[in-house]
Amino acid sequence: MSQEPLVRIRDLNFAYDTRTILSGINITIPRGKVVAIMGSSGCGKTTTLRLIGGQLKPTSGVVKVGGQVVHEMDGKQLYALRRRMGMLFQFGALFTDMSVYDNIAFQMREHTDLTEPMIRDLVLMKLHAVGLRGAHNLMPAELSGGMARRVALARAIALDPMLIMYDEPFAGLDPISLSIVGELIRKLNDALGASSIVVTHDVQESLKIVDYVYFVSEGKVVAEGTAEEIKNSKTSYVHQFVWGEADGPVPFHYPSPRAYGEQLMDNLIRRA
Amino acid sequence: MISRILQGLGNSVTKRIFRLGFAARFFVAIFMQSGTAFRRLHLTLREVYFTGVLSLIIILVSGLFVGMVLGLQGYDTLQRYGSTEALGILVALSLVRELGPVVAALLFASRAGSAITAEIGLMKATEQLSAMEMMAVNPIARVVAPRFWGGVVSMPLLAALFSAMGVLGGYLVGVQLIGVDEGSFWSQMQSSVDFQKDILNGVIKSFVFGIVISWVAVFEGYDADPTAEGVSRATTRTVVTSSLAILAADFILTAFMFTGA
Repeated sequence: MSQEPLVRIRDLNFAYDTRTILSGINITIPRGKVVAIMGSSGCGKTTTLRLIGGQLKPTSGVVKVGGQVVHEMDGKQLYALRRRMGMLFQFGALFTDMSVYDNIAFQMREHTDLTEPMIRDLVLMKLHAVGLRGAHNLMPAELSGGMARRVALARAIALDPMLIMYDEPFAGLDPISLSIVGELIRKLNDALGASSIVVTHDVQESLKIVDYVYFVSEGKVVAEGTAEEIKNSKTSYVHQFVWGEADGPVPFHYPSPRAYGEQLMDNLIRRA
Repeated sequence: MISRILQGLGNSVTKRIFRLGFAARFFVAIFMQSGTAFRRLHLTLREVYFTGVLSLIIILVSGLFVGMVLGLQGYDTLQRYGSTEALGILVALSLVRELGPVVAALLFASRAGSAITAEIGLMKATEQLSAMEMMAVNPIARVVAPRFWGGVVSMPLLAALFSAMGVLGGYLVGVQLIGVDEGSFWSQMQSSVDFQKDILNGVIKSFVFGIVISWVAVFEGYDADPTAEGVSRATTRTVVTSSLAILAADFILTAFMFTGA
């Protein structure tokens, strides 16, 4: 197997109009590893995933997947690359007009010439892997949050991708579902020989399963290391995040263009 | 102050022109990506069922009542001139040329157009379209084009059924209820309604309305803000925009088709 990392992000900058989201990000995802990108809400984690998947184009910098620069690909090349990627969206994004079975069979029917009996075997195998073989006839509306996430996971691995991206896979799950999904991410990655990127702010659960962690804050990588290194980190940002402390470098207040005191003074003057 | 107003006005106009340009490009994209809709015909037929077959009740019932009202109003007017036997012509021409395509299109926009917008808008809001893109499946080919062609195919069929039910309604009121001569009702209708000039032009109208409604509906859904409020606004815009577009297109088509004849 090549030692070249599967995903290499170098000096990545991205902005929506004038609002900077990412500035100078450098991330490497080695083959066969599970890597987490952590950070508080709105720090640019999901944007990073979208840039890797080619749904957004960087303002500057490079995202390489399998040695190819993503934003330089034309439509056909990008679709060819995406066939080798799986993505689990934050709320599953299951197709609500299709059954669980059809959701997982979707990509197989779209991209392969497999016969229906073969598709059936594969779909049931994927569902078995996430423990939902018996739920193949259900509609997405009949699933609990945890089940929907597992179905979405089965769909993400439908075509045995080389790269699986997870956008907040633990959000809104009860402790049991959370632990099951966490274990599945690790097991499926190892069984498929894939690489995984887990975007999350659930520190405790993700540190159990990942090989390496990047911490992103205000569009920059502020810390990185193995799960063990992160747990023992003395960096104030990492410490605050890992132990969920209210005080620290991560501000509670959204930045205001004017100081709170000035606003209060203005209100007083207006009332007078 | 004035410069701010001008700036706001300029911004608003620029945004609208940009959106119109996007809608035009989207229309071209639908045609370019229509291969899937035709190759996998079941996708389009499914939409014909959802937009066409499920709209049948409202179309048939409305057509019947519009025809019955035409029968009553027509008889009232015609008897002043002693020409009640022309009731069949009045009912048929009103329906086939004008009311059939237009009223059916307005109903179709409210019933099916809004449903298409809401469905696509919600798919966008729940990231289903993004998921499709990440699976290397083009949502315009897989989701938009079948819905567009489903609407285009359904509209002329619904307009024809609307007109047929309207004629039946006119017959029930005019002949069965009021007592207009049945022979003259049908024979005058047969002799005066021209296939090409009246019926075919009506079909062309409803086909154009089908394109307009389906285009507006899929575009508004695809361009909706991915929030509950955004989808709600998009649905409203579909009904308002397509209704106004139908009436404007009707005037233009009528001017070309029926003036100077």
